[in-house]
Amino acid sequence: MVRMKLAGAVLAGTVLAGALAPLPALAQDKPKELVVGIATFLSGPASVFGVPGRNAADLLIEELNAKGGILGVPVKPVYVDEGAGTNQLLSEYRRVVQEQGAQVMLGAISSGSCNALAPVAEDLKVVNVMWDCGTQTIFEDGKWKYSVRTQGHAGAEMMATLLYLMKVKPDFKSIAVVNQDYAWGRESWALFQAGLKALKPDVKVVAELFPKFGAPDFSTEITRLSALRPDVVLSTSWGGDLDTFVQQAAARGLLKQSTFVLPLAESSLERLGNVLPEGVIVGARGDHYWLHPKTKNTPEMQAFVKKYKDKTGVYPIYPTFHMQQALTGLAKAYEKAGASTGGKWPSKEQVIAAFEGLEFKSLTGTITIRADHQGLEDQMLGTTKRVPEYPFAVYDKMALYPGKLVTTPVGEKSLDWFAKATQSLVNDKSIETFDYAK
Amino acid sequence: MARQLVLGLALLITLAVFPLFSPWSTVILTVALCEGLAALGIMVLLRAGQVSFGHGLFFSFSAYAVAFMAAARLGHEALILIPVATAASGLLAALVGLFIVRYRAIFFGMLNLAISMVFFSLLEKLFPITGGADGKRVPRPTLAGMEFGREQFELWIFYITLGLCLAAALFVARYLTSPGGKALEAIKSNETRLEYLGVSPRKVLFGAYLLSGLLAGLGGAVIALVSGHVTPELAYWVRSGEFVFIAILGGIGGVAGPFLGALMFQIIRGYAAVYAPETWHAVLGVMLLVIIFFAPAGLYGIATGSRRKEGGR
Amino acid sequence: MLLLAALDGLAYGSLIFLVAVGLSLIFGVLGIINVAHGSFYAIGAYVAAAGVLAMGAMGLPAWLAFPFLLVAAALVGTVVGGVVEIVLLRRVYGKEEVLQLIVTFAVFMILEDAQKVVFGVQPYFANAPMNWLGTVDVFGIYYTKYQLILMPLVALAVLVGLRFFLRRTSFGRAIVAVTQDREAATAMGIDAAKVYLITFIIGASLAALGGALASATTSLTPGIGAGTLVLSFAVAATAGLGRIEGAAVAALLIGLGRSVAVYFAPEFDVLIPYLIMMLVLLVRPQGLFSTVQTRKV
Repeated sequence: MVRMKLAGAVLAGTVLAGALAPLPALAQDKPKELVVGIATFLSGPASVFGVPGRNAADLLIEELNAKGGILGVPVKPVYVDEGAGTNQLLSEYRRVVQEQGAQVMLGAISSGSCNALAPVAEDLKVVNVMWDCGTQTIFEDGKWKYSVRTQGHAGAEMMATLLYLMKVKPDFKSIAVVNQDYAWGRESWALFQAGLKALKPDVKVVAELFPKFGAPDFSTEITRLSALRPDVVLSTSWGGDLDTFVQQAAARGLLKQSTFVLPLAESSLERLGNVLPEGVIVGARGDHYWLHPKTKNTPEMQAFVKKYKDKTGVYPIYPTFHMQQALTGLAKAYEKAGASTGGKWPSKEQVIAAFEGLEFKSLTGTITIRADHQGLEDQMLGTTKRVPEYPFAVYDKMALYPGKLVTTPVGEKSLDWFAKATQSLVNDKSIETFDYAK
Repeated sequence: MARQLVLGLALLITLAVFPLFSPWSTVILTVALCEGLAALGIMVLLRAGQVSFGHGLFFSFSAYAVAFMAAARLGHEALILIPVATAASGLLAALVGLFIVRYRAIFFGMLNLAISMVFFSLLEKLFPITGGADGKRVPRPTLAGMEFGREQFELWIFYITLGLCLAAALFVARYLTSPGGKALEAIKSNETRLEYLGVSPRKVLFGAYLLSGLLAGLGGAVIALVSGHVTPELAYWVRSGEFVFIAILGGIGGVAGPFLGALMFQIIRGYAAVYAPETWHAVLGVMLLVIIFFAPAGLYGIATGSRRKEGGR
Repeated sequence: MLLLAALDGLAYGSLIFLVAVGLSLIFGVLGIINVAHGSFYAIGAYVAAAGVLAMGAMGLPAWLAFPFLLVAAALVGTVVGGVVEIVLLRRVYGKEEVLQLIVTFAVFMILEDAQKVVFGVQPYFANAPMNWLGTVDVFGIYYTKYQLILMPLVALAVLVGLRFFLRRTSFGRAIVAVTQDREAATAMGIDAAKVYLITFIIGASLAALGGALASATTSLTPGIGAGTLVLSFAVAATAGLGRIEGAAVAALLIGLGRSVAVYFAPEFDVLIPYLIMMLVLLVRPQGLFSTVQTRKV
């Protein structure tokens, strides 16, 4: 009997001890490898962005290491699933930093995750590159020393969308919105609406619909829109939700009845194939597009598109470009920090300081990191066109908005800034336009 | 009883010293303890043969209570936040308990599910108040009036939680051997007999429900503090299912069971997250099937060498 | 306006009816709440979509997709449902309800990941069947015939078919007999094990059929199973578990309630099913259409 008790106690002890045994601590000087934790969606609906992001990271890191890594140190990625829920994500994030010795974390896709991770990164004193999330409130409402964002934010995205709509369809009288019911859906509409009020106060908002995230059926929403007949239908939805909405709306003729504005549709273009007709306004949360009129023929872009397509069978979408920006920015920041320390391995604080004012080339343009750690990124929108070269819609009548023009200035809040928008922005001289060319 | 003590003590000592050797495990262990508390609540109900697929309700309710109070600066003190939020959950459990104790078996389980899903939908829908699906941030409060850095705070919260778990486990162990606790088993085997003895099964079940709500609430309050963020996902039915999962995994034979189960759950999940980040659900599912078919008394049963008594109904 | 909302509610209600009636049937006969039911729905949807896409790629005519949807559903129900029943559920009959529930919960977790591994995470859709049928004009608003006519028709056919099967065929009667008194039925020479297996397969096939039908109208992403499960759960519970006609009425009620909510209180559309379920359970815990109090234990 006694032996049995003992066995039980020992079992409980060993299970714990064995499973949670710590790994050896990390060397202080130039490390053997640079562990980079990457928080991305590997499960759940948002994995439509998370998995392409991871695929791109694998590919890019392999390339980076083949060239000698960062300052001669190979990069080792460790992935964390954002889809497991915020609480689980937070403890995984901590584990990767504390146990696996990650010096840099790329987190994350969801704005909710970024909001939750920013204070943790401060606590852990780890460089945190927000590689995809868009909420403008992060750096407008808070100051984070260790976090930095290598792409634009929701404010820039919605401002560019609004300006583009005002330019190509200046005389619309009514608008309806169908956004997913979570922070991005709500915030993007609040911004858009504030700007719309300033630029075109007489436009009537006929319906504000926020179907549940992941809703499988939009029939009732579509019936309502069919009855209301708004001139413009805006939807910042993405992934399966956007595909379902567009597909059901197309089947019922709604896409021909109203002008659709879909600022995230670039990521669905290939999947939607022939469902998406011509004349739909589309965007990509930045200037990303694998057929970008200025950069589609650069050797870097062509190599990236080819490698990505060979690996995954599809064309790259915006999260893959965001991942490229995060990794490139990181490498450049290390190089900049390394130059100032005279070739010695820079501390995390030196790396994060190097990010401030950093300017680097992405696959489609130039990213500048501002003093508030927010990235300036150009925004591109277009109107769909069907061409014989591809079995899906492509961008036409593109407009490229410089990041500086459409991003809320440092120290201002986006909502207030949107309310001050003026007509002169719509036709600003710095906006470049392009038509589709083979 | 002796076995239970030895096992509990071994578990306690291992847990108490572990964070000293590997600081990164503090939060994970605290999370496991929180889930263990909720599973302990489920275990109490399971003793009466009732299963709730909705205890995420109480878990999330107190977590949000903490988040709201901390944000409103009503209680910037962990030692106030935890008991107040737990009491709030207890109040909710008492309210729900008033009518839910009239139902048994499937109906009991489904009503719990329905109520928690209503709460979940509200948390998601009331975006301006609750922050919708993105949830709310919980600023780090003071602890006994002192501002702590992250590591200190986490370590202290861990030991406080461990103490709370010990108290809760001892209380539940005593409760289960009390007449009220014994009556629970009678609800499971033969409720009519209980009535003949002049005991009201509803009152007995009400006590158990209140206790289970308090336990889940306590877990929720602490988890809000350690993770610094609350989301509606805490109220989702899959989360409630996990509590039942943990209770079964650990075994309902003794109060150490749910905590063993919760630790195992975190360990498997942690490992699966590293080695099979895309299939950790499946790993857990297989593990659960193995336990059910080959060790029905759960980890606790394995550890104490006892087997589940067959044919309890 | 109300009429338009009703039309949308009809299609939506038909879909959840198919899933809920399968859940209800399984509970009625086996006494098990099948948490993995949502996974059958999801797998049915994925298999149907993959098949329809493949048929499109091979250049087969679009109408062939319709019989294929049925075949896919039956295939998924028989293979996946059959394996789950034979390998796992069979071992826990007569054990505690909690254990049965937890076994199906484990199956749910495994199948969720299995479908992700097999079909990936990119949204899938195969809308060829929906587009092939075209649209119909109701007061100037276009509806797809697929949603407005085909889906309710399938639901109606399943309802009538199930009633006929359970009341008029000998095997159907055997199922009813086992539900009412297992010992007596076994004594009369009914093979209870076979009844359980067939019932589970039918129930699983119905869930898969719901998924297969939905695959033409919606994008399939990871996680569709979990959402559908709770909804069909709400329907089955509202109706009274084990009630087939009741499930139809409850599905319509919840479908309509949700559509009307989108018109008049869009903030509350997701709440509607759970609110209805909660209210009904509080007032009539056995469900709207049940007369039996509880199962004999």
